[in-house]
Amino acid sequence: MHKVYHRIEQIAGNVIVVTAEDVIYGELARVESDFGASLAQVIRLENSRVYLQVFAGGRGISTDAKVRFLGNTMQIPFSENLMGRVFTGSGVPRDNGPVITENLIPIGGPSVNPAKRIIPRNMVRTGIPMIDVFNTLVESQKLPIFSVAGEPYNELLARIALQAEVDIIILGGMGLKHDDYLYFRDYLEENGALSRSVLYVHTAADPTVECMLVPDIALATAEQFALQDKRVLVLLTDMTNFADAMKEVAITMEQIPSNRGYPGDLYSQLASRYEKAVDFEGSGSITILAVTTMPGDDVTHPVPDNTGYITEGQFYLKNGRIEPFGSLSRLKQQVNGTTRDDHRTIMDTMIQLYASYKETLEKQSMGFRMSGWDSKLLKYGERFENEMMALSVNIPLEEALDRGWAILADCFEPQETGIASKLTDAFWPKSV
Amino acid sequence: MNLGKIVGVNGNLLTVAFENPVIQNEVGFAKLGDIQLKAEVIRIRDRNAELQVFEDTTGLRIGDQVEFSGALLSVELGPGLLTQVFDGLQNPLPALAEECGFFLQRGKYLDPLPRDAKWAFTPIAKAGDTVVAGDAVGQVPEGIFDHKIMVPFRLHGRLTVKSVEAAGEYTVEQVVAVVTDDKGRDHDVKLMQVWPVKMPIKCYAERLRPTEPLATSQRIVDTFFPVARGGTYCIPGPFGAGKTVLQQITSRHADVDIVIIAACGERAGEVVETLREFPELTDPKTGKSLMERTVIICNTSSMPVAAREASVYTGVTLAEYYRQMGLDVLLLADSTSRWAQALREMSGRLEEIPGEEAFPAYLESVIAAFYERGGVVRLNNGETGSVTIGGTVSPAGGNFEEPVTQGTLKVVGAFHGLSRARSDARRYPAIDPLESWSKYKSVVDEEELAQARRFLREGSEVGQMMKVVGEEGTSIEDFMGYLKGEYLDDVYLQQNAFNDVDAATPVDRQKHVFGFIARLLKTKLKFEDKDAARGFFQKLTQATRDWNQIAFDSDEFKKQEEQLDHQIAEVADYA
Repeated sequence: MHKVYHRIEQIAGNVIVVTAEDVIYGELARVESDFGASLAQVIRLENSRVYLQVFAGGRGISTDAKVRFLGNTMQIPFSENLMGRVFTGSGVPRDNGPVITENLIPIGGPSVNPAKRIIPRNMVRTGIPMIDVFNTLVESQKLPIFSVAGEPYNELLARIALQAEVDIIILGGMGLKHDDYLYFRDYLEENGALSRSVLYVHTAADPTVECMLVPDIALATAEQFALQDKRVLVLLTDMTNFADAMKEVAITMEQIPSNRGYPGDLYSQLASRYEKAVDFEGSGSITILAVTTMPGDDVTHPVPDNTGYITEGQFYLKNGRIEPFGSLSRLKQQVNGTTRDDHRTIMDTMIQLYASYKETLEKQSMGFRMSGWDSKLLKYGERFENEMMALSVNIPLEEALDRGWAILADCFEPQETGIASKLTDAFWPKSV
Repeated sequence: MNLGKIVGVNGNLLTVAFENPVIQNEVGFAKLGDIQLKAEVIRIRDRNAELQVFEDTTGLRIGDQVEFSGALLSVELGPGLLTQVFDGLQNPLPALAEECGFFLQRGKYLDPLPRDAKWAFTPIAKAGDTVVAGDAVGQVPEGIFDHKIMVPFRLHGRLTVKSVEAAGEYTVEQVVAVVTDDKGRDHDVKLMQVWPVKMPIKCYAERLRPTEPLATSQRIVDTFFPVARGGTYCIPGPFGAGKTVLQQITSRHADVDIVIIAACGERAGEVVETLREFPELTDPKTGKSLMERTVIICNTSSMPVAAREASVYTGVTLAEYYRQMGLDVLLLADSTSRWAQALREMSGRLEEIPGEEAFPAYLESVIAAFYERGGVVRLNNGETGSVTIGGTVSPAGGNFEEPVTQGTLKVVGAFHGLSRARSDARRYPAIDPLESWSKYKSVVDEEELAQARRFLREGSEVGQMMKVVGEEGTSIEDFMGYLKGEYLDDVYLQQNAFNDVDAATPVDRQKHVFGFIARLLKTKLKFEDKDAARGFFQKLTQATRDWNQIAFDSDEFKKQEEQLDHQIAEVADYA
């Protein structure tokens, strides 16, 4: 039987301190007081002083609350029965279903040995030209959507999840509005995907500490499925809330902040989650698609900035479109060399011309005379935005490439595009 | 056995009460059941030592034992390092994968050098010879190199060779020679020796000035911002600007004997590319697999933070070791910012007074000391060897005015600043030609280079001006300068990494092509109007890009060049 401790020496934010013996670093404890019970985790040992982070927060904890150490670290149940279920950030059912207690697995496990990783090689088709043609999504990639509040990022996330060919979808919601949580659940249900999904949802009204657990729980579950040969897509929204929860906890712990209040280990913390994306040789895979909202549309804000250094590119969602500038899929060259011979050329050329179009727009807005070349660019830019960039466009890759050539042929002469002669000879649409 | 007791755990920082003397930076092992977690002493206060643990500390308790080893954090040096993939603490990762499967297991440390492998030893020194630390007593073949077996670097003064074993097969732990120091003590020489990573190896006669260019086959680097053998350079840039791709290309094509890649706190996927592709690629110099000249140190972002710092030191120590054999070594560290962040995390846990952006105040001196380990040296036997260090920097927000970039710029010889604007415009490699600099000598003629730089600068100025006054407000002369600058950028600075020929431009070809472009820049061209000028350059750009993709010594190459000359002659104004 585990000893119960009664004397709490300090309560600051979500962290309480008790004097206890023989406690393990990382151990879980159960804290009970008149206002309810919560799990807590040991985050620091100092002689016999034990610092505990209370998942439900410090509010309502009395100085004589009962603290009982459980002798194990954080674990969550894992089984096929998780499918179609919704849980909170600490793994408690949110959907009135039965509690699952079988087959407990630890969370936040060790890193995959780099020597066991393989080069990703499977494209994930989404039907969105701005992704398929210009920044191809690849199985086992980790990719965030950078966006500002108000953009339809959750809708985009849900659409990609549905259209992507994966076996299992795991949603990790952090600080979600309750409406958004219901949106995801209903959307998946309506489209018949809920039965292959597991949802871990922390809403904005739930305790902060639970927000920090969501990615670990979601990814630990994903890892188990992937080891059972499943292709898993993990959706994490919104990682900025996750970082803000870490900031909140770090400040209450009196850690020295590094940049805009965020803790110095923000990079490592984000990386240890994102790096769970993997393609297991001879087994399943984990692809991570996350949302990172940028306060004030500022990509140099610490959260998007650190994220960008960790992830394999990013989709930049602005004005309801995926912007070609700033968006990048670092793994695209692993797959876009084998789709079709003209894929890379169309990708590069159309973006270069679109960049020139942007310059022309600038000149135009300053009232300069438009040269013949400028007029061509203006025509091109408009077609590109309407027929390629708009999120409403939903066509397979090959059709999108053909459309690319059609737009180019409609606006330019072959040599004006800078495309090597070999390709224009083969692909340039013959005039009728 | 020197034991201590844990009295505090905070993340990966342990506070340990000790009784017998401990050494600063000594390695200790925290005992957690059957496994031992490696740690390093980083501060001592009263009778408490503070240790950073290189692993996850979950599961430790107050009162658990820590065993102090008496040795500093060291690496094993000897034959068998090449082609290996190590983590930051020199654990061989493929061997670890064989034992533990998909996941890394904490507390598992394997021998960096295989103990059972036999090497064919040939003696060089003989009994009675006088030697100093670093002199070769023999050699073994390691892949394409003669791996010198050297008198241990830790020995001082003049030594006399007492005995050398006969030629034959030996393992790394067998004694192949015995040397006697001036106090009459005998020291064993084995194929393997150990050396503490944070101390530079200094067994050479003198350090020389780096003067000879190191060809990377990247035109913008070799021609415009060259790197010297034994020099240092840094590549700062925002994310997505192509730092890692640039390093990968360099690691393939750089004209050196050995490449050491230290992937420090970056994405695992990127290391995997190198790891899986290098064995398949052939080194044009030797005709053997690229892996035979490569060592990979890989401590990716999700691996324990404390080992990140160790990984760059492990890398540079291996580089210095091969330099001692008279070889040219290139160390690529990606990214030094992650290492700086590891320092910051630890400094925060130690509750040190923070400097700028919470980095520790000693950051700059640590960076400077690291880059100073690069250099060209003349060894005791008259041969030269070099360590060239190229480090990427990942500045927060892509802003170069931050402590790590600034601390690095002070101590390097070349600066390849990557710019977001260029990478957005798909102008790769995205090295900013106006902001970057190099103190080393270029492979092309200095005067022509100055002219090219002038066109780039003036072209960019005209480009800026045109945004304000428009094309109609620009004179045709200025406009021509602008087009020439753009042409130089398009066909020379930019390089297509995915085209087999264009990906690597050897020095001879650079000289030839740059000579061609320099002549064009000097040539006066005549056009009726700006649209005609633009049309001409669009065509010329396309033709020159085609030219870039044709093998250098082919007839087609000459034919294409003639065609280019012809195109230019049509509009040249020789009057």
